[in-house]
Amino acid sequence: MTAGEKKEYWRWEESCWTDDSKNWRDAKIITAGIDVGSVSSQAVVCVDGELYGYNSMRTGNSSPDSATNALKGVLEKSGMTLTDITYVIGTGYGRVNVPFAHKAITEIACHARGANYMGGNSIRTILDMGGQDCKAIHCDEKGKVTNFLMNDKCAAGTGRGMEVIADLMQIPIAELGARSFDVDEEPQAVSSTCVVFAKSEALGLLKAGYSKNKVIAAYCQAMAERVVSLIERIGVEDKFFITGGIAKNTGVVRRIEKLLGTKAAETKYDSQIAGALGAALFGYTLMQKQGAAAAKAAA
Amino acid sequence: MIANYGYKDGSGEYYISIDTDQCIACSAQRACLTACPKGMFEIISDDYDEEVAAVKPNFRRSLGFDCSDCKPVGGYTALPCSSACTPGAIKHSW
Ligand code: SF4
Ligand code: SF4
Repeated sequence: MTAGEKKEYWRWEESCWTDDSKNWRDAKIITAGIDVGSVSSQAVVCVDGELYGYNSMRTGNSSPDSATNALKGVLEKSGMTLTDITYVIGTGYGRVNVPFAHKAITEIACHARGANYMGGNSIRTILDMGGQDCKAIHCDEKGKVTNFLMNDKCAAGTGRGMEVIADLMQIPIAELGARSFDVDEEPQAVSSTCVVFAKSEALGLLKAGYSKNKVIAAYCQAMAERVVSLIERIGVEDKFFITGGIAKNTGVVRRIEKLLGTKAAETKYDSQIAGALGAALFGYTLMQKQGAAAAKAAA
Repeated sequence: MIANYGYKDGSGEYYISIDTDQCIACSAQRACLTACPKGMFEIISDDYDEEVAAVKPNFRRSLGFDCSDCKPVGGYTALPCSSACTPGAIKHSW
């Protein structure tokens, strides 16, 4: 960082991964899911219905470019080209702007399907805390949505709200969770549910002598209370799973668990890929159905 | 599927929930489309390719205000939308 350059505390780690134990060249069906969200974009590639690779990055100014760049990461890492992919599904708020997608499916259905893969078929409640909205979803053992609720009216309880706090506190976003537990006593949640007012309230608390960690704890608690009030409308049925970027913030997750009285299921996968993964899996099912229909017609 | 459209803000919770399983073989001839004076409902093909009712996106963040004519402060006995939907698919949270 050079003098005068502003440090971006909100900036979260982008990631790109492929499963080198799999040879995609042997696959019968390769599908991709592209989730273009308001803050982040992900591309997931599945080979024969199994996760093969993903790329998660920040959404740029244009949805088509973000979709292209997200997929490019996986393609370059694997040596695959777009023509190797049989079917592509777009999801997220920019789902209709994925230039190479064959179909668009809402992020609600895709998150449920992705969570079913990542957390197993006993997942019944999903809380997706995305960049600028928050969703509570119930699903069945196949990952099919049975009940959902979405709040996209304001940024409180979302990734964007947490980015604002990271910048305000000048603490890297990945450290906020751990910092929020490094307090002498658990503070009251910031009272405002609006991210703009929460920001000025946080500044007021700092002036009143709160440590940065205590302000972060108060904000994590407010976020947890807000999403819990949302999820309570449809109820929590075990097992419970959290997707989206905030799932990586232990400060919010542990507080949500405490308020709900249940633990969120663990996963070895990146919580941010759930939507794109679900989209890729939808693509695989669709291709299987088409293949079965074609085989039936030919018989 | 129960689809909840709406929001929660400082003044309360404003959700319209639609039991879309009822819409698949709607026995009310899609009465929701014409019953609502604001035209707030539409039929969409959902993610599982079923034809179901939904609240139009442009109303989802302002339901409290948009439904106020049907819900006078003095009280009301029935709402045009839920009365017309005889399968009982439409419910309001407020
Ligand atoms: S909401 Fe009611 S009237 Fe409208 S399609 Fe569904 S079941 Fe039919
Ligand atoms: S309460 Fe009135 S305005 Fe609101 S959805 Fe029902 S019919 Fe439409």
